[in-house]
Amino acid sequence: MSKASAIKPQLSREHLLGLLAGMVRIRRFEEKCAELYQQEKIRGFLHLYIGEEAIAVGAMQVLTPADAVVATYREHGHALARGVAMDAVMAEMYGKAEGCSGGRGGSMHLFDAPTRFYGGNAIVGGGLPLAVGLALAEKMQRRDGIAACFFGEGAVAEGEFHESLNLAELWRLPLLFVCENNLYAMGTRLERSESQPDIHIKAQSYNVPAEVVDGMDVVAVEAATRRACAAIRGGGGPALLECRTYRFRAHSMFDPQLYRDRAEIEDWKQRDPIDRLALWMRETGTLHDTDLTAIESQIAAEVEHGVVFAESGHWEPVAELTRDVYAGEGVP
Amino acid sequence: MTDRVREITYRDAVREAIREALLADPSVFLMGEDVGRYGGCYAVTKGLLDEFGPERIRDTPLSESAFVGAGIGAALGGMRPIVEIMTVNFSLLALDQIVNNAATIRHMSGGQFEVPVVIRMATGAGRQLAAQHSHSLEGWYAHIPGLKVVTPATLEDARFMLAAALADPNPVLIFEHVMLYNRSGVLPADAVPVDIRSAIVRRPGKDLTLVTYGGTLFKTLDAAEILAKEGVGAEVIDLRVLRPLDAETLLASVRKTRRAVIVDEGWRSGSLSAEISARIMEGAFWELDAPVGRVCSAEVPIPYPHHLEEAALPQPAAIVAAAKAALGG
Repeated sequence: MSKASAIKPQLSREHLLGLLAGMVRIRRFEEKCAELYQQEKIRGFLHLYIGEEAIAVGAMQVLTPADAVVATYREHGHALARGVAMDAVMAEMYGKAEGCSGGRGGSMHLFDAPTRFYGGNAIVGGGLPLAVGLALAEKMQRRDGIAACFFGEGAVAEGEFHESLNLAELWRLPLLFVCENNLYAMGTRLERSESQPDIHIKAQSYNVPAEVVDGMDVVAVEAATRRACAAIRGGGGPALLECRTYRFRAHSMFDPQLYRDRAEIEDWKQRDPIDRLALWMRETGTLHDTDLTAIESQIAAEVEHGVVFAESGHWEPVAELTRDVYAGEGVP
Repeated sequence: MTDRVREITYRDAVREAIREALLADPSVFLMGEDVGRYGGCYAVTKGLLDEFGPERIRDTPLSESAFVGAGIGAALGGMRPIVEIMTVNFSLLALDQIVNNAATIRHMSGGQFEVPVVIRMATGAGRQLAAQHSHSLEGWYAHIPGLKVVTPATLEDARFMLAAALADPNPVLIFEHVMLYNRSGVLPADAVPVDIRSAIVRRPGKDLTLVTYGGTLFKTLDAAEILAKEGVGAEVIDLRVLRPLDAETLLASVRKTRRAVIVDEGWRSGSLSAEISARIMEGAFWELDAPVGRVCSAEVPIPYPHHLEEAALPQPAAIVAAAKAALGG
């Protein structure tokens, strides 16, 4: 828990338990999703966030309901941590009308207006310009919100990353860029696609303040997000966090993982963000034996409820296929 | 009546429309390359920076994807942005944002979010700008569900389509043909707002229907004038809106005249003109007395030399010839 040491004493047991539960909640939800995928209840692509939970959970602690969030196709964790109801997320995984996007988007396109969750974007880099615009809207309307944009390190190779960082800094927009650097863009390791693999250095070249964060340490992520957001909300313009992390599972359910060694995966699993926090909490006496049992059983019930909710949901009638292509009904 | 009309250019009509929108609604702002200090590459936005300031007249870097995407994001966030892209050719650098975000978000989010962005861009050939500044790709955009595509050709539409586009909760793309900016004429001082739903008959006729839009409207009207002198009554339809297509106005005319020629500066293959032809087949096949004809640009990248550029584009003589062919001449 290297960088977090400075703020550890300020962390209450209640808050730490919340962080732990938030990560376990995403983990168990996604484990169930993988199972449901095997059963063909969930179809299409399924990109699991397992291993990276500390980033969404840590960062979301700092965002307020007034802030706007943009994420990628690996966004189940962000939606859950943001406060989108698990029932609605699970129903969306099924494609049911009760889903948070009405079943239209599925795993990659979770949307939720009440929590200002502007999607799962499945074009790598495609969410960054949107976040620039959302931040611009906050600034021009003199509102207090900021935009937070989550994206993988693969997006750094896209022009939209560079254009968006430049524009956000040029216009001093209230925008938090959170790069989730899990080392692999699908099967392409960072060093095989970037001449400069230190992403925070790229941000600095646009004069965007950037920090490298241990993305396997939820407390470090929260602390770094607090620092960045304080600066952003104070009118300092955008900031970028490069959170170094690792996905424990395949890129999607179709990925045989020929591009990385088993040993590397096992090595990163030693840094599992859930185990790390739990271990540290035990050492500091903030996690009692019954806590994890209680968390697990509560989450198991919530996941089970989500499955029942999704199973009992209904399919959108085919007659509604063209609804919401345009505002109003019936535009061909 | 004379004191109620005034001479105005298409360029000035667009500028007046933008200015009116900025005055009417504080959530409207304009952004694009060189729209501010430079005054717009076609001088459409000249003077607006001085009047409205840099917060609402935003010069952008040459980052089409970022500033078009920022327009979409700002629309999601409650603003009513007008995004200017210098030419349709440059819009290809922003295709991801237009096609994958603007067009999809309402449907994909189950109707939770809307993208009321207006994107204006210049289109078309005629200024000897060669093969990367002269193409007519509006038909491509008309392929995309979720977008509205409009093509103001007249002064009235240049002046009033923007307000209708801004009032529309969907993403609207406005294509302004480069050869129209200098056109001038009279605009009634009490001219009324227009819709962005319907095609319109610009010249009535009984013998055949000429279907066109945008930059080829006036060439088509010229052709109709030539035909009239030869005793042929050509009805000219200005589509105005390429998506959604107003098929009813089109079909009503074709059912009456029984013959149709489509004039489109876009290329023929896989095109808007092909779509219109198909709509006529689907809706009026049994009323046709002749195959539907087409006058489109030659299937080449638009060349630089004047004579080759002119040869590549639909011209009145070719429209007259196609009309005569449809009439069995």
